[in-house]
Amino acid sequence: MEARLAALLPGLIHAPLLWLTLTLLVFQGAEALFRRTGAHPLSNPVLLSVAAISALLLACHIDYQVYFSGARFLHFLLGPATVALAVPLYRQMEIIRKSFAAIMVSLLAGSLTGMGSALALGWLCRADPRIILSMAPKSVTTPIAMGIAGEIGGLPSLTAVIVIVTGITGAAFGGWALDRVRVKDPVARGLAYGTASHGIGTARAMHASPVSGAFAGLAMGLNGLATALILPALVGLLHIGAAK
Amino acid sequence: MLSYITLLLLCQLAGEIITRLAGLPIPGPVAGMVLLFLGLVLRGRVPAELEKTSQGLLRYLALLFVPAGVGVIAYLDLLSHALLPVAAAVLPGTLLTVAVTGLVMQRLGRAAGEKR
Repeated sequence: MEARLAALLPGLIHAPLLWLTLTLLVFQGAEALFRRTGAHPLSNPVLLSVAAISALLLACHIDYQVYFSGARFLHFLLGPATVALAVPLYRQMEIIRKSFAAIMVSLLAGSLTGMGSALALGWLCRADPRIILSMAPKSVTTPIAMGIAGEIGGLPSLTAVIVIVTGITGAAFGGWALDRVRVKDPVARGLAYGTASHGIGTARAMHASPVSGAFAGLAMGLNGLATALILPALVGLLHIGAAK
Repeated sequence: MLSYITLLLLCQLAGEIITRLAGLPIPGPVAGMVLLFLGLVLRGRVPAELEKTSQGLLRYLALLFVPAGVGVIAYLDLLSHALLPVAAAVLPGTLLTVAVTGLVMQRLGRAAGEKR
C-alpha cells in the first residue's frame, strides 16, 4: 500500500501540502461532529482528529515522521499561540489580583492531586517504577514533563505519549467531571482544565469561554513550574525507584 | 497584523533565550506569555490589532495540538507495555485532578465572597 501510494503520489507524500490539507479537513469534520452531537465528550475534536489521522497513517503504513514533517507547520504555531494567551489573561487582571491566593491554593491542590494520583495508582497496579515515574508529570506541558521524567528516572518518550493521552482525557471528559461535582464558575473550570490537562485542556477551556481559557493558560504555566519544583523532591522523599 | 505576529514571535524568542540562559524549568513560549503579559500591564491596554491576532490564533488552539497528538502512533509499542498502569492512572487520575482543582477554586472563590 505504501509503495503504491508513494508511486501514485510521488513527491506529495513528502511535501507539507497533503498532510496540512488532511489535518485541516479532518479537524473541521471533527468540529462539525462535535457541534452536531451537542459537545459529546467522545466527539472532542482533538480526540477524533488524532484517532482518525492515526488510523489512516497506520492503515497506509505511513511513518509518523513523514506526517509530522508536513504537519509541523501547524505544530509550530503552538509557540506564538501560547504567547498569545497573555491577551485573554490580561483581560482577567481584576480577578487574578482579587483571587490570587485562591488561585495559588487550588493550583497547588490540583498539582499535588495530579502527581499523587499517578504515583498512587501506578503503585497500586504494581507498575514498574520507571513507568510510575514516567506517569507522574503527566499533567504538565510536554517539554516540562519530558525534562522532569528524565530527571527523576522515568522514560521521557513514554512521558510524551502519556502527556498527550492525559491532555485528551481531560479535554474530552473534564467537563463531565466538573459537571458531576457542580463546578460552574468559569474561572474554576478554566483552572481545572489547565492544571490537569495543560495545553489541550486549555484549548477545550478556550472553546467553552475566553474567561476559562485565560485561566487555563495561567494554570498550565503555573502547574508546569510547580510540578518541576515539587515532583523531584516528592520522588526523593518517597524513595521511588531507589533501586534504579 | 504582521507587526503583532512579529511581536508574538519576538516574545517567544526572548522567552527561549531567557529560559535557556537562566536554566528555568519552563518552556520558552510560557516565558514568552509572561513577557507579553508584563508588557500589557506596563502598556495598560491591549492594542486592537493584537487582540485580533491573538483571537485568530487562539480560536484554533485545539487544531494546533493534532500533529503532536498523532505522535501517539510512534509509541504504540512502548504504550502497549504499560497499558494497564497508564489506563488506570491516567483516566481516573486526570478526572480527579480536574475535579479537585475546580472544587477548591470554586469553594475559595465563594468563601472570599466574590461576585463574578
